Amino acid sequence: MNLAETGTRTASSPTQAMPVAAARGIEAWHVPSPVVPMIAIAFTFEGGAAQDPEGKAGTAQMLARLLDEGAGDLSSDAFQEALAARAIELHFHAGPDSVGGSLKMLVKHADEAIRLMALALNAPRLDPIAIERVRSQMTASLRYQQNDPGVMASRRYFREAFPGHPYSRPSSGTTESLAAITRDDLVAMHKTLIGRGCLKVAVVGAVEADGVAAMLEKAFGTLPEKAALTPVPATHIHDLGRRIVVDLDVPQSVIRFGLGGVAWRDPDFIPAYVLNHILGGGAFTSRLFQEVREKRGLAYSVGTSLTSHRAVAMTWGYTATKNERVVEALDVIGDEIARLIADGPSDDELQKAKDYLTGSYALSFDTSTKIANQLVQIAFEGLGMDYIARRNDMVASVTQDDIRRATGRTFADGKMLVVAAGRPVGL
Amino acid sequence: MHLYRKANVLLGPQRGFAHAGRVEAAPFGRSEAGGPEVTSFVLDNGLDVVVVPDHRAPVATHMIWYRNGSADDPLGQSGIAHFLEHLMFKGTEHQPAGAFSKAVSSLGGQENAFTSYDYTAYFQRVARDHLSTMMAFEADRMGGLVLTDDVVAPERDVVLEERRMRVETDPNAQLSEAMAASLFVHHPYGIPIIGWMHEIEELNRHHAIDYYKRFYTPENAILVVAGDVTPDEVRRLADDTYGRVTPHGSRPQRRRAREPEPKALRRIAVADPKVEQPTLQRLYLTPSCMTARDGECHALELLAEVLGGGATSYLYRKLVLETGVAVNAGAWYMGSAIDDTRFSVYAVPAEGVSLEQLEEHVDKALRGAGEALSPEAIERAKTRLVAETIYSADSQSSLARIYGSALAIGETVDEVRRWPIDIEAVSKERLAAVAERYLTPARSVTGYLMKAKELDAPVVAAAA
Repeated sequence: MNLAETGTRTASSPTQAMPVAAARGIEAWHVPSPVVPMIAIAFTFEGGAAQDPEGKAGTAQMLARLLDEGAGDLSSDAFQEALAARAIELHFHAGPDSVGGSLKMLVKHADEAIRLMALALNAPRLDPIAIERVRSQMTASLRYQQNDPGVMASRRYFREAFPGHPYSRPSSGTTESLAAITRDDLVAMHKTLIGRGCLKVAVVGAVEADGVAAMLEKAFGTLPEKAALTPVPATHIHDLGRRIVVDLDVPQSVIRFGLGGVAWRDPDFIPAYVLNHILGGGAFTSRLFQEVREKRGLAYSVGTSLTSHRAVAMTWGYTATKNERVVEALDVIGDEIARLIADGPSDDELQKAKDYLTGSYALSFDTSTKIANQLVQIAFEGLGMDYIARRNDMVASVTQDDIRRATGRTFADGKMLVVAAGRPVGL
Repeated sequence: MHLYRKANVLLGPQRGFAHAGRVEAAPFGRSEAGGPEVTSFVLDNGLDVVVVPDHRAPVATHMIWYRNGSADDPLGQSGIAHFLEHLMFKGTEHQPAGAFSKAVSSLGGQENAFTSYDYTAYFQRVARDHLSTMMAFEADRMGGLVLTDDVVAPERDVVLEERRMRVETDPNAQLSEAMAASLFVHHPYGIPIIGWMHEIEELNRHHAIDYYKRFYTPENAILVVAGDVTPDEVRRLADDTYGRVTPHGSRPQRRRAREPEPKALRRIAVADPKVEQPTLQRLYLTPSCMTARDGECHALELLAEVLGGGATSYLYRKLVLETGVAVNAGAWYMGSAIDDTRFSVYAVPAEGVSLEQLEEHVDKALRGAGEALSPEAIERAKTRLVAETIYSADSQSSLARIYGSALAIGETVDEVRRWPIDIEAVSKERLAAVAERYLTPARSVTGYLMKAKELDAPVVAAAA
């Protein structure tokens, strides 16, 4: 086996998107893909759970879940039946900074799918009976997760990391905050979030540009111009260096840890991304996977990711180990971060990380749904449509100097905010 | 390196809970898309090969499936199939531990593996030019695995942490385990894929090597390549790599106990202080697509969709929309199995509704299930199941999984391709007949997940 021939395909772009413009300033990125007779659409509106009113966390998410619970003259039941009868898949979701949606349909049902999506966005009924049903479902879901160590650790982490900031509140709310949300709150949230001025759309599948323009017009053309968002102040992780225990009677502790990050829009993002891959990225070769799992058997899952919110970026890590070995696991993780701060990666390690990241980029573009999601994220981050073509060259040109700079901006002195849910021994 | 089984659909408060029917096994059919031209052949050493072309992007999905899963674990060694799956990454006579993963990674590939009741599979997704490298590594570990205690011991700890993560910290998973153990009184589907804690703790290098020598051979494997490839090219590459692996001479036998005809309604509960949201689950013992006769499997598939596939299903409508006794309700059927399998109904009570009350409503709804079988509801369910096959054609990984899992349990490529037609052909009478025959109390296990009060002892398998 000759493993020397690891040519990275930096030149080729994994997909070719084209802009399609419709009336009233609506634009989409479009990738024609005629082989499978289906179309996937993804879209995002600027503004999400961070816009939830004080004491009413969960409003944006409740709204997202209510959009397909009846719209126009269709009750919830009739709306769902119209989707199901043609196997149209329409979903909405709310994150901290955005409300997003996805639509998947067979080409032959495209008109009906677009009609239903337009109804859901423009004229959700927000019937009281549907509101109560969704409220009870969200509440049940919260109760169900209430003593899940992973959920508890994450919630506590955000509360401690961003005190007083909208990000400290869970997007899915609390049982108390859900109870406080009124129909008026949901109507107001719809006005705030669902507008065409801050809309990003991607359309992938068996459809030509003309067809896309017509869809855009029908789906989004009648939305109001611009939503008025409350500014979300920039923030940073507080209490780096602190270790917090959430007491829970389970034999294994679930651990969340965080350090600084670099936003996707930042010129240093790509070096920070390569650095994160070396520390704890998705492959079995990362330092944390090797040291925590392979060598010591401390955990089944361990890793880190670089996450970009609108108002903060961070390195976000996870693992889970039996209570007796929590301290050891945290020491190993801390040591690896300290080693990267002190020595950086070896040249070989850096090269391998770049090879992986450039080589695997195309794998994110192998289904229509994935392509649509990638495009809409890139659009949401304001990176430009040529990002897809530029991205591998940016990765390939990362130097040790870039990595050092990124290390300083992310790991800094290596102090982490740690939350462990369980009964960790000696923490 | 994960366990492959149905997603937990218990509390999908998000609707369209990835309708639980045969999503994993929903194949691509002769539908309007025309469908990929699937080719299959057998190498001289007995290795089955399936090629699924997808020329949209220059990438390939490479999977090797072995016809052995947790239900083939020797008595007292539960979890060995899954443990071995982990150990398959630990190196061979020719490659040190981790060399394969390093190669995959430096080529920009992605990899993983999974274990189910009836099979174990390994896969990589790479740029098409690297397919031959993947085949060379994968063929190498089909016969050349080398294990030392140095790597076995920490990996056993990893699996124990995996079990703690999935089961020991999750009362719902404990209920699911207990329900399967109760439903299958004799058949190994009642044993968890990951194994019981006390038996995983005792697994060692010798168990793993014995198991490996028994099952890992070309006659017992299926190669599936989906992506930007041609059958000729795959045949040539496979001959050069897998073709050189010496076969055992015959396919290893699976010896499975047969489940007796069930007679007793069973009820169990997990009560744990951590449970804040009670739930109700029900399992019925039913035929699988391999044990069913006369198309009963397709009828059960469709029945699950009609009764419990999403927000327009009968149970959701009855229990959530009409009576409001539940906040969620649904059903799924695990048709893709070698032996008799499970059909599940579940519901999550609304506030103030006890599990006993909810169960009465569920039973009442199921007794009146004839009402569910309206022509519109049946048509809608068929549309959704058949559309799923077109949607899955958008993903070469899904297609590879569909064909691999089907062949691994003994289905044929033709059966997979015919699936949408067989679903379309299910009649209302057929649906009513399977509902009446199989959704009966004597075939059922009912499980309650509930909160333990301060003084209650945990009822079943609750975390200490």
